[in-house]
Amino acid sequence: MADNTEILNGLAEIVEEVAGIDTAEVAAEKSFVDDLDIDSLSMVEIAVQAEDKFGVKIPDDQLAELKTVGDAVDYIAKHQ
Amino acid sequence: MSAGGTGSQVEVVVTGLGATTPLGGDVASTWEGMLSGRSGVRRIDEDYDWINRRELPVKIGAPLVAEPAEVLSRVQARRLDRVEQLAVVAAKEAWADAGTPEVEPERLAVVVGTGIGGVTTLLAQDDLLETDGLRKVSPLTVPMLMPNGPAAWVSLEFGARGGVHAPVSACATGAEALAWALMLLRLGEVDVIIAGGAEACITQLTVAGFVQSRTLSQRNDEPERASRPFDTGRDGFVLGEGAGIMVLERAEFAAARGARVHGKLAGAGLTADAYHITGPEPEGVGQSRAIAKAVRDAGLEPSDVGHVNCHATSTVAGDVGETRAVRKALGDHPVLTAPKGAFGHLVGAAGAVESIITVLSIKEGVIPPTLNLEELDPGVELDVVAGEPRKVDLQAAVCDSFGFGGHNAAIAFTKA
Repeated sequence: MADNTEILNGLAEIVEEVAGIDTAEVAAEKSFVDDLDIDSLSMVEIAVQAEDKFGVKIPDDQLAELKTVGDAVDYIAKHQ
Repeated sequence: MSAGGTGSQVEVVVTGLGATTPLGGDVASTWEGMLSGRSGVRRIDEDYDWINRRELPVKIGAPLVAEPAEVLSRVQARRLDRVEQLAVVAAKEAWADAGTPEVEPERLAVVVGTGIGGVTTLLAQDDLLETDGLRKVSPLTVPMLMPNGPAAWVSLEFGARGGVHAPVSACATGAEALAWALMLLRLGEVDVIIAGGAEACITQLTVAGFVQSRTLSQRNDEPERASRPFDTGRDGFVLGEGAGIMVLERAEFAAARGARVHGKLAGAGLTADAYHITGPEPEGVGQSRAIAKAVRDAGLEPSDVGHVNCHATSTVAGDVGETRAVRKALGDHPVLTAPKGAFGHLVGAAGAVESIITVLSIKEGVIPPTLNLEELDPGVELDVVAGEPRKVDLQAAVCDSFGFGGHNAAIAFTKA
């Protein structure tokens, strides 16, 4: 089980790979769309990679609710 | 159809050139390769493991020498199929060469085609679906494989909002894109167009398909000598990959911004054979009509055209027929060359890259040789440049491109 810091770091690596955003930019309060400029196609890729990395399921209706990086970290922490 | 009537013509000039080919990663290195007689054809069975795995009899090809993914940012490369990458790389060079024109986004359009589209993605994602299931299929699959993808990515790169068009006519695509661009500029709705073609289809399925249609050279032991248009020893074409892009402008617009002009895109002729899905009509009637239309559309007489940059692919059937079509349309005087001897067949990019060679031939007053033309097919009754480049003062030249499906495209260029 990864703790929140480990989840944040792991998520940042995925975001960096998919969208080319520096890991340091991927902070809990950042919005995927408004701050990090990540489109819906990249969000699908990020979700699939996060599922594999953290052993969680992120259904589409839940994915749509994950507005910020912190939302995603919390969701993964709760469901892993 | 021709690309517009003669008379009330809007003049169209070529202000930017960009290319990535088996001879080089830009126009300068490609042109240098053409003049120095280099070949872009080589063995590819070590790079592509499927050649031996599938026991394909063709072990040669003309791949790029500059990897596009090394020129683009990592994320952009990841989101674009190889054919889209090539289009963007060549368009960037052409745009810079044109001096990055300042133009209203609504007055800037894109016409970039491909013959095959994002087949690398199609095959890879189909494999993923088979082996790993739905979850592993990329959400970018469709935008990466769609044949308008190269044009769309070029429009995004330069913010072109005046229209994005993607002609698809197999090996005539690149030339047809230039013809469409000419028509659109004449309509007056836009001032600048980024136009050309891109292709990246050295994949197991496309090579296997070309092998089965018996169109590829199997001169595996002498790759550099395999592509030999008009030569008696020719045995098929060599599949290459690349992109060619031109920046085209209304002459008035280019003059107002003080642009440097490489030459004029003076006319275009598009016809169809409606004869056979792959084979050219043997008398070259449709090809001849396309050439004649391009010349007429440009307001030229056949005697004005000193040079034809031929489609000649190095297949047994096609090359000689084309020379008959040239002769019928223009007479005995044009001097010919066939760039595919040097860089193979770039399919949907061929007509665009070869049009760039044509523009440079007029501009520099030199026609590059047809590489590997050692013994001229006795059916060819015209003068073909071989061995060394030939210095010729040219006022006008035509570039031919023909494609599976019976597409014939001819583009007439004139001196700036």
